[in-house]
Amino acid sequence: MSQHEATAEEQPTPSYTKKDFMSDQTIRWCPGCGDYSILSQVQTVFAELGVARERFAVLSGIGCSSRFPYYMNTYGFHTIHGRAPAFATGLKLARPDLDVWQITGDGDALSIGGNHFIHVLRRNVDMVLLLFNNRIYGLTKGQYSPTSEEGKKTKSTPMGSVDHPFEPCALALGAEASFVARTVDVFTTEQREVLRAAHEHKGTSFVEIWQNCNIFNDGAFADITDKKARAEKVIFVENGQPLMFGAEGARKGLRLSRRLELEVIDVTDDNLGEVLVHDETNPVLAMLVSRLKPPFPVAMGVLFRTSRALYEVGVHHQLELAHSRPGAADLRKALLGSSPWTVAG
Amino acid sequence: MQRPLTTIDDVVIRFVGDSGDGMQLTGTQFTNTTALAGNDLATFPDFPAEIRAPAGTRAGVSGFQVHFSSKDIHTPGDAPQVLIAMNPAALVANIKDLRKGGLLIVNTEKFVEREWQKADLQANPLEDGTVDDFQVVPVQIAKLTKEAVKDLGLSLKDTDRCKNFFALGMAYWLFSRDTAPTKTWIKAKFKAPFDEANIRALEAGWSYAETVELFHERFDVPAAHLPAGTYRNITGNEALALGLLTASHQTGLRLFLGAYPITPASDVLHYLAKFKDFGVITFQAEDEIAAVSATIGAAFGGALGVTTSSGPGIALKGEALGLAVMTELPIVVVDVQRGGPSTGLPTKTEQSDLMIAMYGRHGEAPMPVLAACTPADCFVAATEAARIATSFMIPVMLLTDGYIANGSEPWRVPDLSELSATPVVHRTEPEGFAPYKRDPVTLARPWAVPGTPGLEHRIGGLEKQDGTGNVSYDPANHEHMVRLRADKVRRIEDAIPPLEVFGDADGLLVVSWGGTYGSVRTAVEEARAQGLRVGHLHLRWLNPFPKNLDELLLGAERVLVCELNLGQLVQILRARFLVDALSYAQVQGKPFKVSALLARIQTLSA
Repeated sequence: MSQHEATAEEQPTPSYTKKDFMSDQTIRWCPGCGDYSILSQVQTVFAELGVARERFAVLSGIGCSSRFPYYMNTYGFHTIHGRAPAFATGLKLARPDLDVWQITGDGDALSIGGNHFIHVLRRNVDMVLLLFNNRIYGLTKGQYSPTSEEGKKTKSTPMGSVDHPFEPCALALGAEASFVARTVDVFTTEQREVLRAAHEHKGTSFVEIWQNCNIFNDGAFADITDKKARAEKVIFVENGQPLMFGAEGARKGLRLSRRLELEVIDVTDDNLGEVLVHDETNPVLAMLVSRLKPPFPVAMGVLFRTSRALYEVGVHHQLELAHSRPGAADLRKALLGSSPWTVAG
Repeated sequence: MQRPLTTIDDVVIRFVGDSGDGMQLTGTQFTNTTALAGNDLATFPDFPAEIRAPAGTRAGVSGFQVHFSSKDIHTPGDAPQVLIAMNPAALVANIKDLRKGGLLIVNTEKFVEREWQKADLQANPLEDGTVDDFQVVPVQIAKLTKEAVKDLGLSLKDTDRCKNFFALGMAYWLFSRDTAPTKTWIKAKFKAPFDEANIRALEAGWSYAETVELFHERFDVPAAHLPAGTYRNITGNEALALGLLTASHQTGLRLFLGAYPITPASDVLHYLAKFKDFGVITFQAEDEIAAVSATIGAAFGGALGVTTSSGPGIALKGEALGLAVMTELPIVVVDVQRGGPSTGLPTKTEQSDLMIAMYGRHGEAPMPVLAACTPADCFVAATEAARIATSFMIPVMLLTDGYIANGSEPWRVPDLSELSATPVVHRTEPEGFAPYKRDPVTLARPWAVPGTPGLEHRIGGLEKQDGTGNVSYDPANHEHMVRLRADKVRRIEDAIPPLEVFGDADGLLVVSWGGTYGSVRTAVEEARAQGLRVGHLHLRWLNPFPKNLDELLLGAERVLVCELNLGQLVQILRARFLVDALSYAQVQGKPFKVSALLARIQTLSA
């Protein structure tokens, strides 16, 4: 057993402030980048979680978002492009006592790292996976990404992209994620709520954070972040609550059509019962909600949450079971194998 | 009838048949029984990449060669004296290797027109002169097996699957082997009625050889004079797994294996997966890149991280290895080499990954490289790799190959007291801590793992400022760090033993590395027995080279470098030491034949 697991006795957790999670490194994101807001919310939430600072490990791949660990005063590992889920899985397997967070972007997670992304979700390793989706490659200066809309004109697609984009939350649901949530860089209050819920969940908690790249894809989410339009264009889902949105006095709701599609209705006292109630344990509803796009409102909040076995717990359970058997961990016996013989001197 | 018992020193036997005929199992059983009889031995399993190629074709031929002796031997032998062939394809694919006058046992029922045709033959090879130079023993193996198991109610297919044990029974009679160990194994391995069926087939083979006057004599190969101790038979992949397990025991670190299935390395994953009681974590990753990445992640967390693969997988791991070099984390990367490039010859051996091991990464990314030389030596090499990785905080590349990975030999099992404990302690002291502050001798940085209060720090792939570990783009720092990482590898030369030459150091010096050790050593021994002034220099460490390599190469009259590639080591030696070394290269997916090496040595000595 590792030296750390043996000594990981419960000790009172010091009380922290956001400052305790700010590293001494100069932040090198562009002024005005949406990443600043996310960093600030994460640092704020870390201080509240009641976890000793040394237990946090923040890992990332490559891209603007992946510089994140350098700015967190925790253990951090800036790894290679797309592979952070695998590094994080290895770390969590070796050290289940750690509080593992992984930061990624739309190119890092969904393009070069697509394979690791689906497999970490399938395995359900207990960690938080934050995907900053700005629908563009920022660090390589402005190529289209796997979440860029069709027709996107960039340096690498001067006539417009002909690639069909991924819907990250739908992909995560398809990969059997046990927790899927979405939020936006500037929705600070809601973002912190989602981060807390993600941390609380046992399993790989996938959080897509829409994030503005003010240099290469400015205003990608302006439609919904505009305060006046927000009520009409965003639906904040909440477990057990009707799927409703719209400005005061003009309430709208979502109901299921006979074609099993969501449709918008103007809510009245008479049809209130037809409005779907969000059930975060229902993967079919989560899939429908995750795929909403204009002219529908886009869904924010915890779209899906279910409890299922944790990968590292299963692995360690087998180790303990094997260790508890009579005659276990006998190195001499292992070296001798099943048919040794002796040569006399 | 009692046949004369002839005592001989040395036998090479080869079992050949279809991939579905159970030849690997037969060979393994013969090997284990022979090991228990106290002989020195070496094996060479040789099988196709296809699990079941079309039955009866040459593509589907699978073989297992065992060399056993009352003397100390180093190879599975060039040419068998005994060949047991289950069908025409197996016969024609192997007959050229059988020694003139050798014993050829054939399963006659398969020598019918339909079967020759599957092997692309125009005539029965038993009748067209193909086997004229050999003592042919025709046996109706399938029919006799059927007779032996007839009242057990087996299907025709299941009955046919017992015939390899009939062949094994004959071989046991021929070489006076005890059938008891195989019977015990059969009982443990097979359910009723298959256990009984296989045992009956084995006994029927023995009795048939005993009763029918097909063989004029039987043989006894006395036990070899091995040093006292407890022995087992071991393959390279088993020895590697046990070496890694032992390294975990010695260092006190949890063993973490990240691996993706690949021939011929998968067995290491299989073996280590059985050691869960030791706390060994085996992670079968989604791909080769995830395997190495998880391994580095586990090392970041303080575990002894190991990833095992073969050439194509090593190519995929390259980028992550660059990160391991940059972050100076201790992992062991095992390359069980096979014939390449691409899918190449996945079940055949080669030594063609030396260059990728030495240089196959982006940037200036040197890694220590060592190679195991025999199946049992994989144990020592694995512990050595782990020792260097953890004491220098560096990723280490360990090369083996398909030949020693699948081949086996007797191994004197070390007593636990012989395995020195080298505990590795992670840094806990915050006072004076900096992530890249180094040990003055080894240049190792501290291993400070998450969970340790006061040592929070960040590492990553961006260039590091020496000492602080902060991201640095400073040109002078980059050059300093590139040179420092190279210097760290070089300093390992102080932690490894000097080389010793076997035989004459000032004549023809035959140089080898890795799994060709046995063939080269045998050839040099034979050349010296003929009075030639020859020496053998075998390299375990390839990066860094031992300190005295320079003087040994320059002190020899001539240098001949033998390797199973197109001359990768010779190129490095010529470049590094300005030595006019000659190359003996072969890339046929097979080990060297001693006779071929000897001929080359004789030519150069003339």
